[in-house]
Amino acid sequence: MSMSESGPIKKHLVRAYDDDIEQITRLITEMGAIVEQQVAFATQALAEGDEHAARTVIDRDPQVDALEERLDQTAIRVLAIRQPMAIDLRIIAMALKISNDLERMGDYAVNIAKRVIRLQSQTRIRPIPTMVMMSEMCQEMVKDILDAYIARDPDKAMAVWKRDQEVDNAHNSVFRELLTYMLEDPRKITPCIDLIFIAKNLERIGDHATNIAEKIHYMIHGHEINRSRDDEQ
Amino acid sequence: MATAIKVDDLPKTEVQAAQRPAPKMSARKVNLWYGQKQALFDVDLDVAKNSVVALIGPSGCGKSTFLRCLNRMNDTIDGCRVEGDIRLDGRDIYDRSVDVVQLRRQVGMVFQKPNPFPKSIYENVAYGPRIHGLAANKAEFDEIVETSLKGAGLWNEVADRLSQPGNSLSGGQQQRLCIARAIAVAPDVILMDEPCSALDPIATAKIEELIDELRQHFTICIVTHNMQQAARVSQKTAFFHLGKLIEFGDTDQIFTNPKQQMTQDYITGRFG
Repeated sequence: MSMSESGPIKKHLVRAYDDDIEQITRLITEMGAIVEQQVAFATQALAEGDEHAARTVIDRDPQVDALEERLDQTAIRVLAIRQPMAIDLRIIAMALKISNDLERMGDYAVNIAKRVIRLQSQTRIRPIPTMVMMSEMCQEMVKDILDAYIARDPDKAMAVWKRDQEVDNAHNSVFRELLTYMLEDPRKITPCIDLIFIAKNLERIGDHATNIAEKIHYMIHGHEINRSRDDEQ
Repeated sequence: MATAIKVDDLPKTEVQAAQRPAPKMSARKVNLWYGQKQALFDVDLDVAKNSVVALIGPSGCGKSTFLRCLNRMNDTIDGCRVEGDIRLDGRDIYDRSVDVVQLRRQVGMVFQKPNPFPKSIYENVAYGPRIHGLAANKAEFDEIVETSLKGAGLWNEVADRLSQPGNSLSGGQQQRLCIARAIAVAPDVILMDEPCSALDPIATAKIEELIDELRQHFTICIVTHNMQQAARVSQKTAFFHLGKLIEFGDTDQIFTNPKQQMTQDYITGRFG
């Protein structure tokens, strides 16, 4: 049992150190909030063929990158001047990794947005309900993993981690469904391929949410999550 | 004066013999009082052979007091009383038959402030071997001095001025001279009490590098206030607070994921 579970973390003797850690946490939260919106807009773009939402996602991506850069700089500075140990070290090291996951999630949202725009100019194809559902699941995972991060709650993080299986299942089912459409009507192959890529991007967003869950677990407990998920494929 | 028996000559206890691998030094239920005031409480700690153990904790936590128990330096303090069991290679070092001078040859010490004798560099190193009769002639002394100074990473800097006074060296060199002096008598264990706190970062780095090399031949127990140093040089770390050993474990674990809240608070700077 790690002692870090036993209560809130006390203040440092040097107050500026607390401010540093807080700034790092805040940057992750801020970055996460934008990524969550990006995934939400991408979902909306996909579900409603909303090109405006898609363009918004593309336009806002530099904000995510800028925040990641600021986080890197801040974390490096704190490592250099504070030489953090134990929980502090884990918070900072995991922030560096989590920001990387968030940045990738942002990129996947952009990829989805680009494909949605392309889809508008092609043979109209109804978005498959399973895909919209999958997209909403991912959006929820992103939201919940950020809540777990802010609350430093490894149980909440684990709950998100377990949900990734549902996204994987949805991905498989979307893939099979789209395959059927392509066999029925070769004219649908191009848009269906775009949809397959979108589904793959969504599935990757779910994977990154589970990565973040693992990092929250490590941040709090100081050891890796037990990776054996019995229903793993 | 009673006939002195060397620590080596005492029989090993069965319990110690059964342990594998036997620690170089072991402390069990060590309690210590300065007059009425108790300074150590039931400290249990093992020091493995050829390892570095770091003792950390806030001022007055008992880490230096505990270190000084390991070669009976506390014997010299009036009103100091030690209870419990401290063993070197399974033999009780507080046994009445133990010759303290011999014990301190086996368990050497390096202090916070470099304290070379007011003698030449050569004599500083040769002094210990001379009083312990470890060399028979000039050639043997020369060899011990050279080997020890090399062992302390000082030879190249002083080889051409061995007759100069030890205190003519820089602080970092003086500290390495003290380490050379400590290893000249071929000890088993070297105790270091804040060996770098009076040194600049470069001299500190040299001592740290040296500690890692010395570990091949000696067992080292070091008290330090510099936690990064403890993390860098040791394999095991012991955290003391108010005379109690709060946590003892692998250094990697102590500094990345300590088990005790108090350890975490101390190493992350939340103590107070």
